[in-house]
This record gives sequence, C-alpha cells and structure tokens, in this order.
Amino acid sequence: MSAQAEVLQQAFTLGFTYTRTTGLVVGRFLTALRDRKIVGIKGSDGKVIVPPMEYDPVTAEALSEFVDLPDTGVVKTWAWVKHPRGKHHLDKPFAWAQIQIDGSDIPMIHMVDAGDESKMSTGMKVKVRWAEETKGFITDIACFEPA
Amino acid sequence: MSDANKEALEPITGIESPVYLDYNFTAGQATARFLTKVKEGKLVGQRCPSCRNVYIPPRGACAACGVATNEEVELPHKATVQSFTIVYIPIPGNPIKPPYVIANLVVDGANISFLHLLSECKNEDVRIGMRVEAKWKDPSEWGFAMENIQYFAPIDEPDVPAEEIGRLKDA
Ligand SMILES: [Zn+2]
Repeated sequence: MSAQAEVLQQAFTLGFTYTRTTGLVVGRFLTALRDRKIVGIKGSDGKVIVPPMEYDPVTAEALSEFVDLPDTGVVKTWAWVKHPRGKHHLDKPFAWAQIQIDGSDIPMIHMVDAGDESKMSTGMKVKVRWAEETKGFITDIACFEPA
Repeated sequence: MSDANKEALEPITGIESPVYLDYNFTAGQATARFLTKVKEGKLVGQRCPSCRNVYIPPRGACAACGVATNEEVELPHKATVQSFTIVYIPIPGNPIKPPYVIANLVVDGANISFLHLLSECKNEDVRIGMRVEAKWKDPSEWGFAMENIQYFAPIDEPDVPAEEIGRLKDA
C-alpha cells in the first residue's frame, strides 16, 4: 500500500504568445490611437461603428469610410468592479462600461475610473484618459474618466 | 528625423496579444507519491489489481478497468523507445537547442510510456525498439521532477521488436 505522500503544489503559467496581424481597418484604428485620436467607420446604414469593423454587419460588404471622432462619449451601461484582480488594468475599483463615443452609434467596452461607484451613472459624460506613452494598442486609452 | 522616429510613424500592422493562464497545480496523491520517489532517484509505478498493468507515472487508477491502483512497483531505469520525434523548432522558454529527440519511452516492466529526452546518440540513429537507460543528474540537483533524469542514452542491447514494446517483464 502507498504511504501518504506530502501535498505537492506548484504555480505555473501557460503562455500563448500570440502575435496578430491587424488588417488595414483595425491597423488604422490602432495607428490613430497612437496619435491620441479615435477613428470609427461608417456602415451601409449610415451608423458609425467604433472600433471600426472591416465588414458591414448588415450587408457584409467591405467598409472603408473612416470617420474621425472626438475622445468624449456617454456611458450607456456599466458594472462596478469593487475588487480589481491582478490582470485588470486599474489597481483600484473601476467600472466596465459600454461607452458610446460622441458621433458614433455603437458603444464600445472600456473602463471608467470614476473613483467611486456613487460617481457612476448611465448617461454620464466621459472623456478618454490617454496613456502617458502610446504605442498603437487599445491600452493607449488608459481608461475613461468623468468629463 | 532619427530612424527610431521614422519607424514609430509606420502604420500599425501587427500587435502582440499574448494570453497567460496562471495555474496553481496540485499534484494529487498518485503523482505526489511518484514525484516523492523520483526525488529519491527511484522510478515507482503502480500496478492495476485487475489487469495487472503497471503505470508510470501512476494516475491513481487504471483507465481500462476503472479501479484504483495502489500497489507500488519499483521499476528499473532501462527503457525501450516506443516512438519518437526530432524537434527542429525552438520552443519559447525551452533552453534545449534544436534539433533534439523527444521519445515515448516504456520502462522495463511498465505498460505505458512517458515522454523524455534522448541524447548521446545521433538523431538519425534513433529508432523504435532502441534500448536506452536513464542518465540522472547529480543527486544534489534532484527535486520533485522528471528533470532529475537529464536524458536517456542508448545502451548496447538488442532492439525490442515493435510488437513486444510495453510487454516486457521487469528485467
Ligand atoms: Zn486495469
């Protein structure tokens, strides 16, 4: 019979070190972020989508009409994160929010650093807080903050 | 404008988007027992009480019979190559330089194989049925890991016919 062995534990990290090609549309969005600018794209129904999509969600036609947008928007809905975890980008309580950038029609998900849950409300105006250094990645938008 | 600035102004065409999954692995009783023995320089499997197959590393149960295995069997350090592959592509974080050989090895007396490195031979000489032996690191380096065995190396014994691999009795 086996004697009882001690409990063996080990932390390990499984890494999938993907690199991805962005394509022209997402590439342009990320390139604009690096310049601290937001671009969307116009769909066949006239709606402005941001982040821009390569293909029209209705007709599936390729899209190409880019639209410059401001770095302000409106919170459409949100969820407060009381206890941020290690992999969250903010190390203090924040909100995940659906944010509709002014001039666009489809909200995008990002974070709002409002300081406190009581400062959050649906319909509130927010503004991009840009990362100190931009590199052409979605985290160039560090988060949004109340405007 | 410096080259660095020029490069920075190129449009973005690719991004790094790694996914890291952080685990805390708990070995479980059978694996913990096995690794405790490996730390002592021993290869200890478990025998199924029903079909008598010997498993190494043991998983605590026989997958064929669905019964718990707890009879321990210490096995020798000689093995037979059941299958192998020559790795040419470097794996991130793996310090071993390609090309190298990874083999499915069946230790004498066992009925299941495990993966380990093969060395001290030309890669093109490796073959199914080849006889090999564990080369252990210095005991001062032993931990709870199969890396206590640095690799397996060929020994001067006749090849085992493919149909007999995994059916050898304990030598
Ligand atoms: Zn069995």
